[in-house]
Amino acid sequence: MNVFTSIKMAVRNIQGNKLRSFLTMLGIIIGVGSVIALLAIGQGSSKSVADSVNSLGTNLITVNITNTDTYFTMDQLKQVKQATGVKHVAPVLSGRNTFQKGSTSTTASVTGTTSSYLSIRQMTVKEGRFISSLDEKFRQKVVVLGSDLATTLFENQSPIDKYVRIDGANYLVVGVLNSKGGSMGTSSDDAAFLPYSTAQRLQQTTYITQFYAQAENQQSVNLAMAAISRVMSETYSDSDDYSVVNQQDVMEAMRAVTDSMTMLLTGIAGISLLVGGIGIMNIMLVSVTERTREIGIRKAIGAKRRDIMLQFLIESAVLSMLGGLCGAAIGVLTAKVYELTAGATIVFSLPIMTAAFLFSAIVGIIFGVFPAYKASKLKPIDALRTE
Amino acid sequence: MTEAIITMKAVEKTYQLGGQVVHALNRIHLTIEEGAFVSIVGPSGSGKSTLMNIIGCLDKPDSGSYVLGGSAVDRLKDRDLAEIRNQKIGFIFQNFNLLGKMTALENVELPLIYRGVKTKERKARARECLEAVGLKERAAHRPNQLSGGQQQRVAIARALAGQPQILLADEPTGALDSKTSDDIMALLTALNHQGRTIVLITHDLEVARKATRTVSIRDGKLQEGEHI
Repeated sequence: MNVFTSIKMAVRNIQGNKLRSFLTMLGIIIGVGSVIALLAIGQGSSKSVADSVNSLGTNLITVNITNTDTYFTMDQLKQVKQATGVKHVAPVLSGRNTFQKGSTSTTASVTGTTSSYLSIRQMTVKEGRFISSLDEKFRQKVVVLGSDLATTLFENQSPIDKYVRIDGANYLVVGVLNSKGGSMGTSSDDAAFLPYSTAQRLQQTTYITQFYAQAENQQSVNLAMAAISRVMSETYSDSDDYSVVNQQDVMEAMRAVTDSMTMLLTGIAGISLLVGGIGIMNIMLVSVTERTREIGIRKAIGAKRRDIMLQFLIESAVLSMLGGLCGAAIGVLTAKVYELTAGATIVFSLPIMTAAFLFSAIVGIIFGVFPAYKASKLKPIDALRTE
Repeated sequence: MTEAIITMKAVEKTYQLGGQVVHALNRIHLTIEEGAFVSIVGPSGSGKSTLMNIIGCLDKPDSGSYVLGGSAVDRLKDRDLAEIRNQKIGFIFQNFNLLGKMTALENVELPLIYRGVKTKERKARARECLEAVGLKERAAHRPNQLSGGQQQRVAIARALAGQPQILLADEPTGALDSKTSDDIMALLTALNHQGRTIVLITHDLEVARKATRTVSIRDGKLQEGEHI
């Protein structure tokens, strides 16, 4: 008996038991579907993390100071600026404050910084100007708005030279930034920027806890990091008191998180695929018992053990591959729906889809072996005797 | 004298039933010539089912020799027995044993499928066989759309499809009314006149008389003629 005839026979048998075949396949459908959907979503989020980190500029170095007993001041920051390979530095003081314009009131993140921030973060001014060193020197109550915040407060009017109230005090709007999009949950569009000295007064702190530095170019990032660490170690004897990281490190840390999430989800999906395989084996065993008589007839007529074995193996393989195909379609659909509803990035990879499909086929064959073997071992006289 | 198609010498078969040894077949000697129409009669428990299973190569004798169509089959392996069944024997069962999910034509094709005959030739031969039993018009029907007599005709067509050396019929009329039984027996007689060797197993003497030779079996022993 040739394989093509066996496949035709298997398909016919599956068609004859539509509901049961569907329920048998369900495990595989869910398994393959979830592998494909979860991996597409996982890889998509890895990609969007990588994109947003890259958009900050690969020359960016972030320094966080965790020791709050020894203060880090602007003078010390100036020393960092002198370090080898460092092009710009900008202190960062973050907070959230209430903005009020007329009857409109909202909270947004406030960043106190200096003029070099603009070039370090690769941002551009849409209207007006960014914070100047004079603003910084004289603690001017001026503010530069992100594009979204400007729209929220001023709608379509130009906010330049108008006043906005931050925590009850009036600030003059001197500039609006171009939209840059969000990165890792925080959007620089829904934010405002103050001179560092002004922000210190607003947030009531006097020391620096975070600053950005920009390396001269991508090759000098490591050099600059070493130089910054050397300056920092003059103030802080314990290297746990501060951290110097570049975007590459951030990206790798992020990737490690998303990768382990993806692995975890894929593992769970893989287990459901395995459970699906057991479901197939279960149903095939029931099917062998039910069709004992049929097996007897076939054997009496001249089917060899191999023929019976092949028939049942092909049936379970066809079942699982059909399930794999449906699962792939459902997985793609689910990921697409997620993309549209959550607005997230998804990435489909053909090798993964092929692997999931092949795995389902292999699961079907492996879990089909035992029932098929059982069927082939039936003795024709015993099989014919059952009702 | 015509050639012997079945030669059994001192065939024995015993079963263990609840610790008791049952001699289902006790040194059976049986020779059936080509073109014969032999009926084997016996009450239930006489060993006729066991004899049929051995003639049909569904079971192997414990001892003794059995030559079917020139080949000794008593010591063959399972896979070779499957081949012998496929090539040399056409089975006709009491309860037809058709596959319910297949059409009449597909049922008739089945032995040819296992023989590896190509689709086109297979279909043509299956159609011929259905025509021979007078069911040409019912080729696309499923067994549950056919009457008992028609189902048995399909089964006979299936037995014929492989052009076997013997037709082995196990109570072929057991599930049919007397009118239909007569039809089926007439069909078997006609096939015998065309030169087919037929072995008929039954407990019904009326049916057994249609054969040209009757052998009776009782307690695992054979006797020529009717002795029941």
